[in-house]
Amino acid sequence: MNRGPRPVIALQSVSKIYGAGDTAVRAVDGVDLVVERGDYVAVMGASGSGKSTLMNIIGCLDLPSRGRYLLDGVDIRRLDEKRQALIRNRKIGFVFQSFNLIPRTSALSNVELPMAYAGVRPAERRQRALAALELVGLGTRAGHRPSQLSGGQQQRVAIARALVTNPVLLLADEPTGALDSSSTVGVLELFDDLNSAGRTLVVITHEEEVAERAKRVVRMRDGRVRSDLRVTGPLGPPPRRLAGAATTS
Amino acid sequence: MNVRESARFAVRGVLANKLRSLLTMSGIIIGVSAVIILVAAGTGASATVQKSISSLGSNTITITPVSTGAGGRTGSRGGGGGGFGGGGFGGGARVGTAGGPGGAAPGTGTVDNGTRIRTPQLTLDDAEALVDPTLAPDVVSVAPVVSASSVTATDNGASHAVATFTGTSPSYLVNDNDTVATGAAFTDTDYTSRNRVALLGTTVATALVGGDGSAVVGQTVQFNGVAFQVLGLLGAKGSSGPQDQDDRVVAPLTSVQDTLTGYGDVSSISVKATSAGTVDAAQAEVTTILADRHHVTAADPDFSIFNPSSILAAVTATTSTFTLLLGAVAAISLVVGGIGVMNIMLVTVTERTREIGIRKAIGAQRADIVGQFLLEAVLLSMCGGLVGVVIGVAVGQLSVGGFQLIVAPYSVVLAFGVSVAIGLFFGAFPANRAASLRPIDALRYE
Repeated sequence: MNRGPRPVIALQSVSKIYGAGDTAVRAVDGVDLVVERGDYVAVMGASGSGKSTLMNIIGCLDLPSRGRYLLDGVDIRRLDEKRQALIRNRKIGFVFQSFNLIPRTSALSNVELPMAYAGVRPAERRQRALAALELVGLGTRAGHRPSQLSGGQQQRVAIARALVTNPVLLLADEPTGALDSSSTVGVLELFDDLNSAGRTLVVITHEEEVAERAKRVVRMRDGRVRSDLRVTGPLGPPPRRLAGAATTS
Repeated sequence: MNVRESARFAVRGVLANKLRSLLTMSGIIIGVSAVIILVAAGTGASATVQKSISSLGSNTITITPVSTGAGGRTGSRGGGGGGFGGGGFGGGARVGTAGGPGGAAPGTGTVDNGTRIRTPQLTLDDAEALVDPTLAPDVVSVAPVVSASSVTATDNGASHAVATFTGTSPSYLVNDNDTVATGAAFTDTDYTSRNRVALLGTTVATALVGGDGSAVVGQTVQFNGVAFQVLGLLGAKGSSGPQDQDDRVVAPLTSVQDTLTGYGDVSSISVKATSAGTVDAAQAEVTTILADRHHVTAADPDFSIFNPSSILAAVTATTSTFTLLLGAVAAISLVVGGIGVMNIMLVTVTERTREIGIRKAIGAQRADIVGQFLLEAVLLSMCGGLVGVVIGVAVGQLSVGGFQLIVAPYSVVLAFGVSVAIGLFFGAFPANRAASLRPIDALRYE
């Protein structure tokens, strides 16, 4: 297992404040959070709890108003726009609720896209994209466009796209919010597989079904961390696999 | 990411919405083809006018007497035309004015005090004086011209009123760009021997003998009762406006004076310059010589000089202004087409805000987004420009309203270059707008 000395995410009293003076809203209010390599963290909370803002900060889509954020040891606030784009490209893989694939573009091209921006050569790009699609079980659908795929398949393409640059962090925002129950199970199984293989996952969700599979559940309310429950250690398989392994043995 | 990658995304963007791309291009297509076609129309019209003026003989200037101007100041010629025309006096005057060209004129002016009206004349001696290798080195040939009016040609009962009956020297045919279609021209011998021979225009010949008129060659035709032998037919010149340029007869000046006009002044003098480039120099030389001989100043001569090349220059200036105007009007439509491109690109950017957000979230740099949308705009305008060039050049091969359109290469290069530049210019704003979107806002956009 590839375990570095640094935590993947280190938030130090991070706040995000919208507006100013009396009308100021603290969407995220002094959050401290450390996510170790190989961990599987579910961030839960009702809407307005600040979990989406936190996700934007963790994903380098937004900067914190106060506090420090170290991603893989790099202080994000010190980076210019260009470097931030580079960080998003190299270190983070995004999975969104609404899939966010580029329309009218084949699954393969969608998966190739992050590597295109990273400057990977076309031949290698294609090979790695096909491998990523194979990994999510869509090796035969490479030529399909998003409109020709089901929701579950689209989300798998999005996951393949998130994984293809081999990022240190897979960041999923309500990944099952737009999926039916069977597709949800499929995607969650895939997450279990990825985490078993050592991938660090942070999943923003409000569904208990999703949180049950995480090694650690962080609950938020009003921009603060209300509870931080550790189910199993950051290393080793996720809880469902652990339970599965226990019943079969 | 490299340019090829951006180009691929741009091509995909253009092809994603073919109808809209085509409609956007149509603005550029119309603009580019309009520029090419209108400039071709201007160029074609200009070439047609220049050609018809050149047919007058672009190396040839024509001197005619003129009675307008400040009468009396130089009126000393009255009654003494023949005498002044003499070679000896003419030479003396030339020597006298070499020291001070205006010297003689003011002197006589004070005496005459503006009371006399000058009676301008051009004489055969004037014409001969213009053949002067020293004073007029740029003159290659000179032809005096007399015109006989109301001449009726008759031949075996057929008769025809000749519009223009010209008595002149053989060099006139060269000066006037005339050709002899059938038969032969009269010669210097015919001129000096006062032979009664003539060349007929096709209109006259046809009126007399019918057919193409060639049957009249070798026959004898009566002009106001005087018999002339027809040596040949002049090449057809066509008509210039209402005037039929082939309704004419050309004969030796000597015989015409003998029979039809009498021995008076010449109507005009035709002078041919050595080349098109020396016409203005020849005109200056002729003016100096004649002003000396007539004791007038060059600024206020008693003759006027018709110089087709100066008219050609004026017409050329007019038509090029005209062409410029047409081109400018067409250029406006090109700019309107460019605004159409910008409009569509702004719509595209708005429509694809989410896509831009996704691209930024997965690591697209600002330059990648700018490149993609700028290339898309340039691609639209460049394709439109290419189609416009094809249409413009195709239409430019046509002949409209009696003149041939001439596609000017510079207009093709200019119109296409401007269309690409318009894509860059009008694409820059939408592309920058796309690139400056924050990924978080772009992703949230519905």
